[in-house]
Amino acid sequence: MHKLVQLVGQAIAYALFAVAIGYFATRPAYTHLDPDKALIKLSFSHAGQRKGECRRLTPEELAELAPNMRRPLDCPRERLPLRVELLLDGETVFQGELPPSGLAGDGASTVYRKFPVAPGQHRLNARLRDTARTEGFDYESEQDIVLEPSQVFVVDFKSALGGFIFL
Amino acid sequence: MSGLRQLSRAGLETVDNWFNRAFGPAWNPLYQLGALGWFFYWITIVSGVYLFVFFDTGINQAYESLEYITNVQWYAAGVMRSLHRYASDALIIVMMLHLMREYVMDRLRGARWFSWVTGVPLLWLVFACGISGYWMVWDVLAQYIAIASTEWLDALGIFGEPIARNFLNPQALSGRFFTLMVFIHIAVPLIMLLVMWIHIQRQTNARVNPAKGLTLGTLGMLLVLSLAEPAVSQAPADLSKVTAVVNLDWFFLAAYPLLDRVSGGTLWAVFGGATLLLLLLPWLPPKRREVPAVVDLDNCNGCGRCAADCPYTAISMEPRSDGAAFTQEAVVKDSLCVSCGLCAGACPTSTPFRRTTELIPGIDLPDLTIRALREQTLAAAAGLSGAARVLVFGCCHGPALQALRAPGVAVLELPCIALLPPSFLDFVITRKHADGVLLTGCPEGNCHHRLGIMWTEQRLAGERDPYLRKRVPRERIRACWAGVSGSRRLQKELAAFRAGLDGLGPLERERPQPASPAPGQEQEHRA
Repeated sequence: MHKLVQLVGQAIAYALFAVAIGYFATRPAYTHLDPDKALIKLSFSHAGQRKGECRRLTPEELAELAPNMRRPLDCPRERLPLRVELLLDGETVFQGELPPSGLAGDGASTVYRKFPVAPGQHRLNARLRDTARTEGFDYESEQDIVLEPSQVFVVDFKSALGGFIFL
Repeated sequence: MSGLRQLSRAGLETVDNWFNRAFGPAWNPLYQLGALGWFFYWITIVSGVYLFVFFDTGINQAYESLEYITNVQWYAAGVMRSLHRYASDALIIVMMLHLMREYVMDRLRGARWFSWVTGVPLLWLVFACGISGYWMVWDVLAQYIAIASTEWLDALGIFGEPIARNFLNPQALSGRFFTLMVFIHIAVPLIMLLVMWIHIQRQTNARVNPAKGLTLGTLGMLLVLSLAEPAVSQAPADLSKVTAVVNLDWFFLAAYPLLDRVSGGTLWAVFGGATLLLLLLPWLPPKRREVPAVVDLDNCNGCGRCAADCPYTAISMEPRSDGAAFTQEAVVKDSLCVSCGLCAGACPTSTPFRRTTELIPGIDLPDLTIRALREQTLAAAAGLSGAARVLVFGCCHGPALQALRAPGVAVLELPCIALLPPSFLDFVITRKHADGVLLTGCPEGNCHHRLGIMWTEQRLAGERDPYLRKRVPRERIRACWAGVSGSRRLQKELAAFRAGLDGLGPLERERPQPASPAPGQEQEHRA
């Protein structure tokens, strides 16, 4: 009888362990984002212009350098921060100054932001300034978009391709 | 012991007792959580190797190969996949319970810091293994994990460009990143194995295999679960869609929803702080360092019993340094010694019968020498009166002993019950200092110093040196492994024991003729 009680006790313990593992391995479901929303991702990596002007070295200066280091231009390393704005239906959803990366501030500026928005038709406007100008933007794109629920819409930027890319 | 810890320990022992009723101390899963962790680890390794045969590491083929594994070869690879998942979940459970248990039982301080500290990186490694494994399925859960993990890593600010950009959209997806995950999922378990091996290095007879019955039962449970609820993939990943609702594995991924509520940097700070706290726990607050065991070479014949019995590998046998006619001598590594006294209990020279020379054993605890123990034993026994006089030897990690004191009952507290050499029982009973001896301490299977109860029982049963002599009437010895929560049980056991002793009456022989000594006993009076 004692053995039987032991076996029943073991069976209960194993069953509880199995149920706990089996249940919590996939349940309860987690709602990460409202399924009725779409998501706009603003993400790119782009280097601003250099903070100072490049200077052409004189032939004398070049001659003083080791042969493998004779570059005609002496450019300051530090880059300007980027000024970025993203507007949806005329409303600003992101506005910021992106500092250059790197200890010397000579790397690319990067951004990775997410904005849940209602699906449907929207007008998207993206602007970027990467020079020392104080007014206006160097790149600007505007597009009418239609977003489906749960759709991921990406706003990327590649200067080589002419500016903003809407994907 | 602090009140809170005492309470927690009593609560833990209550749960232990439920499991003891069902499994018995030998199979109690709570007594072998570390060993179960090893077992689950090996299941994931074996099943993982099998799955890798059928798994296609291409980012576009991974999901399809897992569909084949799950649906076409469900009877073998499918079961293996389920075992792989559920064993890893079980590993998380036993690992967390193991951590909490060792903390509550205060098995992390002093020289035991090493096992605790080396266990902390295992937490990170186990989670890294599991998370990278889910990534490889490349379903919507993998997509969620990939994006959330890379966003979280980006919060560290160590990458030139956000690595989450690798999962921006289907065009951004690179097979190289996926290959990196496959590499991590194979490399991290190998690193884990190395750390697990280091984790048990300072333990003698470290238990890495659960009891056979428990092993079979657990494996059977996992198999039944695998057949009843097979592990399956969720919908295939699609980076053009948001993973709005996901079925998380809460054992591995419970922290991920926090990333939707707090910043990645905050979560790093929390987990980093928690890790640091765990690493510092063995020294919070600082513990008074007990004086380590000392070897007296004049009384050490290099038999090696102390080294064999030390639970913490604190004693090694080295070549003789004093010119005595023995090949070896015991050497104590002070930094590893927890002053449990198991070595003194194992030393054949630790006998209270010695009269011709001063009682100094080959190895001894300065804080409680064998000589002092003999004096305390005699003093305690001298205070006994009436019938059925009982001397109770108990360890300080077991039940409260003071309440047992009575005219016919005296108690002596030890750091561990295995500090008590069997010859003391012989001494107390055959010299009629008491009518019986009751041994008590931690619960059976859950000795604070790991091996104290086992060694004591084996010594009493004549299975381990130093043996209890056959001449000692066993009916005058009782063991009750009650634990801190077993005071009432101990009192009942003591009452029943005394009633039994009353029936036996006093020991008849004043000085019984010694029986033929057990093997090894000849060395008992070397000095």
